[in-house]
Amino acid sequence: MRRIISATVLNESGVLNRLTGLLTKRQFNIENITVGHTEDPAVSKVTLTVWVEDDRKAEQLVKQLHKQINILKVRDLTNMALVSRELALIKVLTTPDTRSEIKMLIEPFRATVLDVSLENVTLEVTGDGEKIDALIELLRPYGIKEISRTGVTAIPRGTQKKVLELHPYSIM
Amino acid sequence: MKASWVAEKKSVETSLVSGAELFIQGLQNEKVEVLFGYPGGAVLPIYDALYKSEMKHVLTRHEQGAIHAAQGYARVTGKPGVVLATSGPGATNLVTGIADAMIDSIPLVIFTGQVATTVIGTDAFQEADIVGITMPITKHNYQVQRAEDLPRIMKEAFHIANTGRKGPVLIDIPKDVAVKRAEVKEVEGIHLPGYQPTLKPNILQVKRLNEALLQAKRPVLLTGAGVLAASAEKELVAFAEYHQIPVAQTLLGLGGFPAEHPLCLGMAGMHGTYASNMALYDCDLLIGIGARFDDRLTGNLDHFAKKAVVAHIDIDPAEIGKNVPTEIPIVGCAKETLSALNQTRGDKGDYNEWVIQLTKHKTEFPLTYKTDESELKPQKLMQILHDVTNGEAIVSTDVGQHQMWAAQYYTFLESNRWITSGGLGTMGFGFPAAIGAKVGKPELPVIAVVGDGGFQMTLQELGVLQDWELPVIVVIVNNKSLGMVRQWQEIFYEKRFSHSLLDIQPDFIKLASAYGIDGKRAETESDVREALTLALASKKPFVLDCVVTADENVYPMIAPGKGLHEMIGVRG
Repeated sequence: MRRIISATVLNESGVLNRLTGLLTKRQFNIENITVGHTEDPAVSKVTLTVWVEDDRKAEQLVKQLHKQINILKVRDLTNMALVSRELALIKVLTTPDTRSEIKMLIEPFRATVLDVSLENVTLEVTGDGEKIDALIELLRPYGIKEISRTGVTAIPRGTQKKVLELHPYSIM
Repeated sequence: MKASWVAEKKSVETSLVSGAELFIQGLQNEKVEVLFGYPGGAVLPIYDALYKSEMKHVLTRHEQGAIHAAQGYARVTGKPGVVLATSGPGATNLVTGIADAMIDSIPLVIFTGQVATTVIGTDAFQEADIVGITMPITKHNYQVQRAEDLPRIMKEAFHIANTGRKGPVLIDIPKDVAVKRAEVKEVEGIHLPGYQPTLKPNILQVKRLNEALLQAKRPVLLTGAGVLAASAEKELVAFAEYHQIPVAQTLLGLGGFPAEHPLCLGMAGMHGTYASNMALYDCDLLIGIGARFDDRLTGNLDHFAKKAVVAHIDIDPAEIGKNVPTEIPIVGCAKETLSALNQTRGDKGDYNEWVIQLTKHKTEFPLTYKTDESELKPQKLMQILHDVTNGEAIVSTDVGQHQMWAAQYYTFLESNRWITSGGLGTMGFGFPAAIGAKVGKPELPVIAVVGDGGFQMTLQELGVLQDWELPVIVVIVNNKSLGMVRQWQEIFYEKRFSHSLLDIQPDFIKLASAYGIDGKRAETESDVREALTLALASKKPFVLDCVVTADENVYPMIAPGKGLHEMIGVRG
């Protein structure tokens, strides 16, 4: 299953290495990872998407990350109400005929044109992974020259639904 | 005016000290008694500061010897072992010991030299990215960028190494950082927001365990090295005796519960006792304390404690539920948790029938071997070691057959007498570890029980025995083979003894003699007794080369992939 894990880490050199090294050591495969500063410049936030077999593996991942000295907090966001976004830059081949057609196509995706040249156009789109995948599929027939995706970043919503069952990691 | 300016400048300068001197001060602040190390280019400034200080330094003959000695020291004293090595090859030679300490949770603080910050990353002479290399095998590691950071980093490192689940911490010191001068400032407290080990157990979970104890009919305790690390031996005995719960031990947990106690079932696992393994198989409540359910202990997990409610007490939350699904998770230090259990104890369950059944297993299926008057049996050798030392000696081993025989037959009556490479299974560990143990506990007899294969991996440390006249006794269990490899080839590879028979070997006695150390070859039980008695009385280093039955195997045994109930070789 797909898991979105968020880790608050000290903004020190090597910390990302430590985190990804741990995932390698324990045989977790990272699908994507984003890192950036938080409101405190000494602290960074890492959001990673990983595939794990079952809940026990996911629990183990959170606990192992938590053991690292310069990882401050780890949360499994998967079952939380959250806002998550990914950004993609897509360079599509164009001809004078298709240029306006593409502009029409991307409108419902709220994608914007960042750059135009005679042979191609570069688009920016933000949203969840499925939306980006859908747009890419739509544009594929025109010829995609290059794609660059950021990976998911996420934040839990301000209000969470009340859950009756206990938090799975209460023993920490 | 000018004179006072000069004086002022001078006083500021004298209040500055070099990184190397800050290093010595840091060691003194942590009350470090001894360093195990080996010099080299990048640590020259540090060795110069050592020369001027009173700090005791044991020069080993290889960096691997230094780190295993520090492990032995840490294991018997409970204090972190401190290691010092140079950059590049000096640092990489430590890697095996670091990995060993990590998997067996032994507190170490390791200092490595590094090339100067100005050339890091240029593939300079003797440069190795030791921080990168040791990231997965240290609890934490640092590279010091400024001399003024060193006191804080050292304070943090000693704290991290010796609290929570203990482990190795490495500090990499570039050569220029050791030379640069910085002001001496008191380090105020330790600020590690990402590191707050839980010591006190959750009282609700303690209550749940107490309730489970009342419902249980067949409970068993499985105790590991966590009991020793927390010095919880008394609390454990009190807990087991009050409830009358039988105790099985892991390899590393031996000595945590007295072996001759009526409730003690002995070691569990691949070469464990029948009583211990059947207790783990049949129990309806399994309480693991400071043990990590390693594969050599559990055997096939599909057959491990399947009828039981599992309670797991561990200081490391990541160990709980890692291998065995756990109904009652208790994160906490073994001592605090056992105290809490002892304080909240109430009604007792009735386990009498269960204890009788297990005691019957103990008497009906004890550890056993075929005796043969004409040969020296390795099992008998361990029993003789116990007799001659009254079970009081510190025993250290490598990995393999001799390790299992020592674990089975030395019978550890007290804690912190047993040093072995459990998780990593490192050949060449036992002898240098014994040196460290003797440095840490000079008042106790120390015996390195090693195989003829493993001894040849680190025997250069005989030089340390000669140097310090350390009365360590090396007992070579000599079967002219890599015994455990040979045993597996015999059982699982149709006796194709691929590269496991070491017919060609040095004369170990002459080798010892080259180092000025007395030795003797023993071929009979009386040879062993005689030589050991003399060696113990002489208070000098000694090498005893014991020629044992060459094709003896370790039994009982659980074959790989089998469950705890599928033991072979239970009856002699």
